[in-house]
Amino acid sequence: MTGHRLGPVADIPVGEGRAYTVAGEPVAVFHLRGGDLRAVSAVCPHAGGPLADGQIDGQVVICPLHQHTYDLTTGCSLSGQKDLRVYAAEVTADGEVVVSVP
Amino acid sequence: MRLVVIGNGMAGVRAVEEILARGGGERFDITIFGDEPYGNYNRIMLSEVLAGNEPEDAIFLNGLAWYEENGITLRAGVRVRRVNPFARKVYSDDRGVTRYDKLIIATGSVPYVPDIPGMRVAERGFHQGVFTFRTIDDTRNMLRYAKGHRRAVVIGGGLLGLEAARGLQNHGLDITLVHAGGHLMNQQLDAQAGAVLKRAVERLGIRVELNARTSAVEGTEKVTGIGLADGRSIDCDMVVVAAGIRPNAELARASGLVVERGVVVDDQMRAVDEPDIYAVGECAQHRGKVYGVVAPLWEQARVLADHITGADPAAAYHGSRVATKLKVAGVNVAAMGVAGPEREDDEFVVFAEPSRGTYKSVVVRDGRLIGATLVGDVDKVAFLSQTFDQGLPLPEERVRLLFDLGGPSAETSVAELSDDAQVCNCNGVSKRTLVETVRGGVRSVTGVAAKTRAGKGCGSCRSLVEQIVDWAAGGAAEVDPSANWYVPGVPLAKPELMAEIRARGLKSVSAVFATLAPGGAEDARSKMGLASLLRVMWAEEYVDERDARFINDRVHANIQRDGTFSVVPQMKGGCTTPDQLRRIADVADKYRVPLVKVTGGQRIDLLGVRKEDLPAVWADLGMPSGYAYGKSFRTVKTCVGTDFCRYGLGDSTALGIALESTYQGLEGPGKMKLAVTGCPRNCAEAYVKDVGVVAVEGGRWEIYVGGAAGAHVRKGDLLATVATPEEVVTLTGRFLQYYRENANWLERTYAFVPRVGADHVRAVVVDDAEGIAERLDRDVQAAVAAYRDPWLEGRDPATPGQFRPALPLIEVR
Ligand SMILES: Cc1cc2nc3c(=O)[nH]c(=O)nc-3n(C[C@H](O)[C@H](O)[C@H](O)COP(=O)(O)OP(=O)(O)OC[C@H]3O[C@@H](n4cnc5c(N)ncnc54)[C@H](O)[C@@H]3O)c2cc1C
Ligand code: SF4
Ligand code: FES
Repeated sequence: MTGHRLGPVADIPVGEGRAYTVAGEPVAVFHLRGGDLRAVSAVCPHAGGPLADGQIDGQVVICPLHQHTYDLTTGCSLSGQKDLRVYAAEVTADGEVVVSVP
Repeated sequence: MRLVVIGNGMAGVRAVEEILARGGGERFDITIFGDEPYGNYNRIMLSEVLAGNEPEDAIFLNGLAWYEENGITLRAGVRVRRVNPFARKVYSDDRGVTRYDKLIIATGSVPYVPDIPGMRVAERGFHQGVFTFRTIDDTRNMLRYAKGHRRAVVIGGGLLGLEAARGLQNHGLDITLVHAGGHLMNQQLDAQAGAVLKRAVERLGIRVELNARTSAVEGTEKVTGIGLADGRSIDCDMVVVAAGIRPNAELARASGLVVERGVVVDDQMRAVDEPDIYAVGECAQHRGKVYGVVAPLWEQARVLADHITGADPAAAYHGSRVATKLKVAGVNVAAMGVAGPEREDDEFVVFAEPSRGTYKSVVVRDGRLIGATLVGDVDKVAFLSQTFDQGLPLPEERVRLLFDLGGPSAETSVAELSDDAQVCNCNGVSKRTLVETVRGGVRSVTGVAAKTRAGKGCGSCRSLVEQIVDWAAGGAAEVDPSANWYVPGVPLAKPELMAEIRARGLKSVSAVFATLAPGGAEDARSKMGLASLLRVMWAEEYVDERDARFINDRVHANIQRDGTFSVVPQMKGGCTTPDQLRRIADVADKYRVPLVKVTGGQRIDLLGVRKEDLPAVWADLGMPSGYAYGKSFRTVKTCVGTDFCRYGLGDSTALGIALESTYQGLEGPGKMKLAVTGCPRNCAEAYVKDVGVVAVEGGRWEIYVGGAAGAHVRKGDLLATVATPEEVVTLTGRFLQYYRENANWLERTYAFVPRVGADHVRAVVVDDAEGIAERLDRDVQAAVAAYRDPWLEGRDPATPGQFRPALPLIEVR
């Protein structure tokens, strides 16, 4: 596991997601309203939609293109698509986003 | 290979779906003709639409996008007149000639209307108060007519007649059901079962006249009643004829195909002597039989597809055993095979308890079940249909076929049902699929239905779906009462939700979740709907949270399939200038816009703009947002009106611009598209807009509301005729505000206006029957005042990374 620093958490508005490339992988990082972070693969398995542009709540992200839905913690599709990869994500004491890629 | 399908109904489109599933999309260039001006819908569900239980939108099976995605040319609203099998050509009403290599005829049935005096008016078709029940248009016509009338007679006591009776009764009409037979549903039920059903129907307040032959429809201007052969008359204002159906095979007959009752087909569904013509569905006659329900169509469609694509050239259709499961007027009825004994040694086991509305019987021949009838209590239906379909051996104690005698309960019979058993015939869903869905974590019946589409057809399998879900969930299925909530995450219908929001002064989406959602939990699917509602309710006081917006509203452009966006500069009323055009052209060059297109709303669309380029594109354009995204006021299309047109009666362009300037950007439950046209020639298509304005003789303006010309086509209802453009602007705003406050989330005006009734809308908006006109005007003005050009955010982003790409991605160091 290597942690990658992606910059200040303030770059991701609460309730939204932003996309990064982490060690060559496209990753969408979401900033939950509760303050936690979630990171999943950024490309929707259905037809390549931009998941970071999707809407989230505490559990799921909905792809903006055709509304397929994925669990943010497990990456599981809730609408019969392939599952997403999930990544560990956290905020450091100095307010930086760190995403770990195995 | 060119494949042409005549009939855009349940069988034709199902056959195409099966063909696509076998890779036929590659081999065939497919054209589908349908004389109804709609996409493909579930005809069975018309009963639910008539009853007011389902909105029209909910019954569409394949939207226009499906046709597009699969490269199918849909010729909706075009009737085929004749086929020339020698030249392999199809001639349509629009004078078109289409060549085919393979042809599928799927023209369904037409209602049978007995030739009764008064039923038809010379040269005009049916009397205006007489209706049949087959299509969306029939259903709409009935609903419209029912609004202003009190008493209806339904002729025909079969399935369709009962559905029509129940549906109309839901709208408060007083119903008499007139049936020529000696008992109800005499096609499926024996006399005793029919009598039980009659009692159940009468208990609902529907009068039933048996052995009653209609001899006349009375009334010249309006229907006033019907006459019966025994000399009696029954007063009524409308008559619905549901006296049976006839295969719609005229086209085939006229084209020289072999037609008896229907188009005669072989076991591969090919028309006699015509290797390249197939027929499926209610218009087809196979081994002497024509079918009037959907289950056989699915089997036929599979065989046809196997054969036409070569997936299985040996596939053969051997006819269907028809089992009917339905809920008539709230009473469960299931019937399969024969209704009573036919031979001397047939066993017939009957149980009847008329006072409880229960009747059960089975017919057994040579140890096999050849027929069963259940009325009221249908717990055993799963077990019986499987036994019937598969010819399984029967228990020694025949009474076990009717009751669970301490033996297998409904649950066990569900457990015994084989995994392959098809539970929902409409959508072809097996027990296995249902069970896997539940195991996959969906534990409510509505959830499973949403995912598998089971039970979303005729609904007759719903109780079985419930039993299976319950069994698969270990008896812990959840009920889902969310159907009438405004958004799925907050358990309140719109009026209650608004009352709570107002009472507690909730001004942001997160505040609504925190206060009103169970456990204070946010719900992603509810955010947009709540954001829209709050903005309508609070205008300038609304606390905007960006995450509550859909991406389009976060970046003020329309997301496209590859994650890029489209930009539509504002051109009020469709007018532009050479300078604007030059700037648009420069921007298109500079940002390498892949496609520049004129939209259906008379605007210029720059498609394929990258998200990160949006602010610069707007800055270079230097024009305001043209609202091609969002659930909001879109555009006002106009014709040239008095400026140049020689017919123009009113200055439609100026009025269109005034409307657009006033109401630009107004949010609502759905998008709002408008048009103003300078005379009834209607060049701007105003009759089919959410609000359409038409200049008429005498300097007056007609305002239409609730029109649509998308997946649905509907002519708007006349709201008012006014004398000045100012009145048009005021009434438009008042109507839009009323719609914003009262429509369900995503309910377009074409659904909203018919739901609440055009008369009602007129009473409130024009005649101020509720005394709220002034308030509506004030509130829409407040919303107008809160308007900011969203494109200004390009200069001053609202959130960090607002325009950062989500695809493709920037590498971090
Ligand atoms: C109100 C109602 C309730 C029903 N309830 C049930 C139920 O509960 N269970 C059940 O199993 N069945 C039910 N049915 C029957 C079921 O809907 C039909 O069996 C089924 O729709 C038949 O499919 P089809 O494709 O053969 O015909 P259709 O679905 O009627 O399709 C034929 C299409 O072809 C079009 N067409 C015809 N001629 C031409 C032409 N010349 N050119 C172009 N287009 C043409 C027609 O307009 C129509 O759209 C119900 C029917 C109705 C009307
Ligand atoms: S609608 Fe009438 S006024 Fe407008 S362009 Fe057409 S013909 Fe002319
Ligand atoms: S691409 Fe994500 S839902 Fe279709």
